Amino acid sequence: MIRMPEPDQQVLARRDDIIAALRHIVPGEGVIASENELRAFECDGLTAYRQLPLAAVLPSTTAQVAEVLRYCKANNVRIVPRGAGTSLSGGALPLADGILLGMGKFKQILEIDLPNRCAVVQPGVTNLGISQAVRGQGLYYAPDPSSQIACTIGGNVAENSGGVHCLKYGLTTNNVIGVEIVTLDGEIIRLGGKHFDGPGYDLLGALVGSEGMLGVVTEVTVRLLPIPPTARALMIGFPSIEDAGDCVAAVIASGIIPGGMEIMDKLATQAAEDFIHAGYPLDVAALLIVELDGCAAEVDHLVTKVESIATQHQAVNCRASTSEEERLLFWAGRKAAFPAVGRISPDYYCMDGTIPRKRIAEVLRRMSEMEQTYGLRVANVFHAGDGNLHPLIMYDGNQPGELQRAEDFGADILRLCVEVGGVLTGEHGVGVEKRDLMPSMFNETDLNQQQALKCAFDDAGLLNPGKVFPQLCRCAELGRMHIHGGKLPFPELERF
Amino acid sequence: MTHHQPGDAAELSAIVSTAAAAGETLSITGGGSKRRLGRHAPTASTLDLSRITGIVDYEPAELVLTARAATPLAEIEGLLASQRQMLAFEPPDWRALLGHTGAPTLGGVLACNQSGPRRLKAGAARDHFLGFSAVNGRGEIWKAGGRVVKNVTGYDMCKLQTGAFGTLSALTEVTVKVMPRPETARTLLLPVTDATAALALMSTALNTPHEVSAAAYLPTAVLARSRVSGALPAGNGLVALRLEGPAPSVAHRTDALEAAFGTSARLIDVDSSTLWAEIGAVRPLLDSAEIVWRLNPTPSKAVQLLHILAAQPCDASFFMDWGGGQIWIGLEAAQAGPDAKASAIRAALAQTGGHATLFAAPDELRAQTEVFEPLPPAHAALSQRIKRNFDPLGILNPRRIYKEF
Ligand SMILES: Cc1cc2nc3c(=O)[nH]c(=O)nc-3n(C[C@H](O)[C@H](O)[C@H](O)COP(=O)(O)OP(=O)(O)OC[C@H]3O[C@@H](n4cnc5c(N)ncnc54)[C@H](O)[C@@H]3O)c2cc1C
Repeated sequence: MIRMPEPDQQVLARRDDIIAALRHIVPGEGVIASENELRAFECDGLTAYRQLPLAAVLPSTTAQVAEVLRYCKANNVRIVPRGAGTSLSGGALPLADGILLGMGKFKQILEIDLPNRCAVVQPGVTNLGISQAVRGQGLYYAPDPSSQIACTIGGNVAENSGGVHCLKYGLTTNNVIGVEIVTLDGEIIRLGGKHFDGPGYDLLGALVGSEGMLGVVTEVTVRLLPIPPTARALMIGFPSIEDAGDCVAAVIASGIIPGGMEIMDKLATQAAEDFIHAGYPLDVAALLIVELDGCAAEVDHLVTKVESIATQHQAVNCRASTSEEERLLFWAGRKAAFPAVGRISPDYYCMDGTIPRKRIAEVLRRMSEMEQTYGLRVANVFHAGDGNLHPLIMYDGNQPGELQRAEDFGADILRLCVEVGGVLTGEHGVGVEKRDLMPSMFNETDLNQQQALKCAFDDAGLLNPGKVFPQLCRCAELGRMHIHGGKLPFPELERF
Repeated sequence: MTHHQPGDAAELSAIVSTAAAAGETLSITGGGSKRRLGRHAPTASTLDLSRITGIVDYEPAELVLTARAATPLAEIEGLLASQRQMLAFEPPDWRALLGHTGAPTLGGVLACNQSGPRRLKAGAARDHFLGFSAVNGRGEIWKAGGRVVKNVTGYDMCKLQTGAFGTLSALTEVTVKVMPRPETARTLLLPVTDATAALALMSTALNTPHEVSAAAYLPTAVLARSRVSGALPAGNGLVALRLEGPAPSVAHRTDALEAAFGTSARLIDVDSSTLWAEIGAVRPLLDSAEIVWRLNPTPSKAVQLLHILAAQPCDASFFMDWGGGQIWIGLEAAQAGPDAKASAIRAALAQTGGHATLFAAPDELRAQTEVFEPLPPAHAALSQRIKRNFDPLGILNPRRIYKEF
């Protein structure tokens, strides 16, 4: 298990005072302090980790957020922001001596701006809620995490979430054009907006994916896209994962960027089929789903092209959807792959590494060797277009030692991803889960440079500590390093 | 003035460490093509990265390319073209605009977030930047990001480097996402009566699902300067819409747009690419204007912005790209006055939202006038803290973006 920072005993001792002060800022039901009610917040989607927060604070205005943060800074209280709590990396895991800042009351869609094809929403609006609100206008918000009915756009911004359509349409960072944030100092800053790009450093870009550690997001402007008139899916079976991977490479090499491209291995296909009855072939080693979207002329043209590429790559069967119902059915199994695996194992642990796609066969072979070593099975779901793997490690948390084995197995998989030229996480974030693996990708200088950014936003280290960085360096120490060997630049300027 | 020319990251690191100890300020250049972009802020020495070149790795099927930072853009685009791929953000050629002949480099394109007409659909340079190695203002070699297209491990430092104009670190090696080159491209030219009609047309077209990959409005005077003007219909100006993709798709979408907006003239092949190259390059369409502003308003407010500015007595020429989200304005120095019209332009933008950049102007003007939109105080203070944490001695391109740092 990953260790969280030691709670500050002085803060714990002042709990009653802190709660009283917070109630002053967010009156009524806005501060939750009873153990019973706090249970609801004790974990996020990484359920193996649980911790009750000092208190939960549920503000409903930006001014309240600013005042809460100012209070916390003045009183040395840590803050963990939270949206819907679906993070799979423990990004929203509470701290014993910290408040949980729930953004659930920020639920309004503030503006739908058709001429500029964007929407201004509060951070607690769900990902799907945005698309639903603009569907009547023929528009949608492209990034579509599988958790989209539940997860919030604020959480998406913090995690830079992806989805099956992100190879063609981009991740959150490519589709969010503005935010309002509150810094730990209680300053309200707007980054980006409805215009293109912006002056100065791209702080919007740095904020997206910062896992709640740089500022609290209180408003988000998202880019909307016209809904493609047609979409068709192909369901293609292969005798080996390698063939499926080669087919994906050949599709891309032929100049096609499909709306989605997903591979499932035999175990995942079987579990999904047993659960959903999508008609998946069960005699294949790998199932590839390819979705093509655009105008009908384009989609039909590309379906034919992909079919012929598949045939050249040993596909044993290939079906193209001919109706919307059929397309949705092809997807239904894939979309339910996680719960389907949940049906065949008491617990599962979802990994999220990305690899160069050409290494897929090797990575899967070594993963199956690890299955032997750890005595645990893995089902594989794979965003094939961009090489993002989701191995699902099956374990039973009630068996002593199995969780630890699953975690060790997972860590080995992620180290393998890095070893073959990939990365620790493609879309779920580092959080608590992968924090201690960061040195496998980055050396101390690299990590210090990232923390230099953190220090510019939060020099007290109070915003979501214990996530992302194996060791939080003290900003003052970074500062001392900065000055050695020379004098401060621009001594005439005010220091902030 | 010392001219440093490191051959690799280790030599660069040594030079920067020494410069940091001595407080020696450095101007970073790659090919030198954008030396006159940004504030005019001379330094003690030049840090010339032009020897740090070479393509390190290119995997067409993985959609990634890694190159040393000063690799000429032309070399990269040539290699990509050989595999029918491209940089989707369509980096424009600003050499004539900025009055320089140096060869643009990939690192420079990223450092300046240099994006062309397809930015409208495909995103900016920042959206295609996946990972890098660099040397910070203390001379430390560091890296961030990765060599795969999907990665959220750690903060997105690539975004921070894009558009930082070399003020945070000197890039030594970069990895970018590449995309397939569209099989066909076609530009539809639709006559319009004025800017208001043009903006409305572009907005309507962009709200259709016909995947317009670029949308510009060219008033008559500007059109006349185009090399393809012979192929253009006469009138009060044109809206140009580009469609790209497989041939059957482009044909279908052409029909759909023409059904909605009337029959248009079409540009294909070289004529289409020439027009968009001119739009990206700006200079061919604005001719010899000494002062060039780039305005990035809220797109739907583009005409309102022009109207506010038109109240100013001056004979500017302009055109719009990015569906109204980018307006290029050319002025003669004599008309522009001592601040190059900065205060008028920025006052107008305060009403419409957005920002303005004094893009091309004589050195003295770019020393006196804020080239980039001034930031609100809290935002400025935060930016300054970031600068200090990357380059504590303020030696990398100091005052290139803002005079405070
Ligand atoms: C079944 C399932 C499927 C999933 N599928 C996908 C998928 O396909 N793709 C994908 O990318 N992810 C997926 N996820 C992961 C998760 O849904 C995303 O990371 C999501 O963005 C989290 O949103 P949330 O609102 O639940 O945020 P939370 O879990 O509450 O918080 C996540 C992080 O965001 C921070 N945060 C939240 N709100 C704010 C705010 N307003 N300001 C600042 N920081 C904030 C938190 O501090 C935390 O660090 C899945 C999760 C589950 C359970």
